[in-house]
Amino acid sequence: MEDPQRKARTVSDRDPNLAGSQPPLLYPPYQSTVLRAPERPLIHLPSDYSDLTQPVYGHLPIGATDNDLTRQCPGGEPQGERIIVAGRVVDEDGRPQPNVLIEIWQANAAGRYRHVNDNHPAPLDPYFLGAGRVVTDSEGRYQFTTIKPGAYPWRNHPNAWRPAHIHFSIFGRSFQTRLVTQMYFPGDPLMAFDPMLTSLPDEKVRQRLVSRLDMNLTQPEWALGYIFDIVLRGDSATPFEERV
Amino acid sequence: MRAVRKPLIAIPSQTVGPYLHIGLDTEPLHGRMYGPETPGERLVLRIRVTDGAGNPVPDALIELWQADAAGEYVGRPDHDNPDPGHSFRGWGRRATNDDGWCEFETIRPGATTAPDGRRLSSHISVCLFARGLLRHLFTRIYFEDDPTLADDPVLALVPEDRRATLVARRDGDAWIFPLRLQGAGETVFFDL
Ligand SMILES: [Fe+2]
Repeated sequence: MEDPQRKARTVSDRDPNLAGSQPPLLYPPYQSTVLRAPERPLIHLPSDYSDLTQPVYGHLPIGATDNDLTRQCPGGEPQGERIIVAGRVVDEDGRPQPNVLIEIWQANAAGRYRHVNDNHPAPLDPYFLGAGRVVTDSEGRYQFTTIKPGAYPWRNHPNAWRPAHIHFSIFGRSFQTRLVTQMYFPGDPLMAFDPMLTSLPDEKVRQRLVSRLDMNLTQPEWALGYIFDIVLRGDSATPFEERV
Repeated sequence: MRAVRKPLIAIPSQTVGPYLHIGLDTEPLHGRMYGPETPGERLVLRIRVTDGAGNPVPDALIELWQADAAGEYVGRPDHDNPDPGHSFRGWGRRATNDDGWCEFETIRPGATTAPDGRRLSSHISVCLFARGLLRHLFTRIYFEDDPTLADDPVLALVPEDRRATLVARRDGDAWIFPLRLQGAGETVFFDL
């Protein structure tokens, strides 16, 4: 077995100016990176050759309950704490990104995914599927209603638990601005032990993935509101100074 | 000192994790990229993702982005889509199976013209997500029987001994593209 630390020194990152604002490819505390992170340097592709036209993502029409994960199963509602998650998608110049497809998926309130490979002995919820989709409006805004996902164990290291999170997949203007990430909840004590978050060494950078409780979004007698604003990469002309 | 407006900074990427299928592998038709009237040569493209130990990656997701048979991207506003049903959009998505394979049915893209006027050999852009990838990876697929590969400006950026990792080979009625994340024969990945 190779020493993961030796590998850590040879891995190359993307544009060095991005180092710190994005996770490295190899981060041995997250064990699955060790055999999956490329070892050879990435080759920079000039923007002229990068196919930066805007894909037509071929998403099917958004259904009426696609952005409300509490109303997707006839006959009942999921267990758990109902929440509203909303925010704005902008690029690095602050320009709103309209007509952006956002797909989310998550565990149920007990920390269990409706997935054949999830063996966590926590109950499935017959009224929770755990996936949603929405398209941003003309000002780049989106909103979901869902339930707060539970923490869940994984086998990365002894007694490893993921903090509560919602997976986000976001399409921007081109292949270059494609983003898959995870949204976390403020004050979750598990965040300090989570290698996916500690792969980002700077607390200020980690905070970009933590939603914030918002009492204006919170609906009285109904649901807590969390704001999660999303900044996508700009086009290649965006200056890279002070990236962290 | 000159005052520079500090841009916002993109939020960090995180892995898709092992349960990506719940949110992203919901539409099997995303693996079939053309309709009955789409012009162009049909092809079956089989991609196999393996890790640094040579083991299959059973929980990867691949997205493709490509030009149509005439070498135009469907999304371009000035492009008159020649596909009567507009079924071909140039975009596809598939998850790998237990043995690391996924299969797309698409058309062979035409050579494209870059903004600087250079001709880019027929290629398909690939975006790869998986558990263990804190950021997704970009690569490209070329075709081994293409006589113009020696003139392609992107392949020219790649060290000669690694170019073959970007070239799909024909095997019977399908095109095969091994995608090796790490180690011997590691696929070339690009920073866009
Ligand atoms: Fe997760």
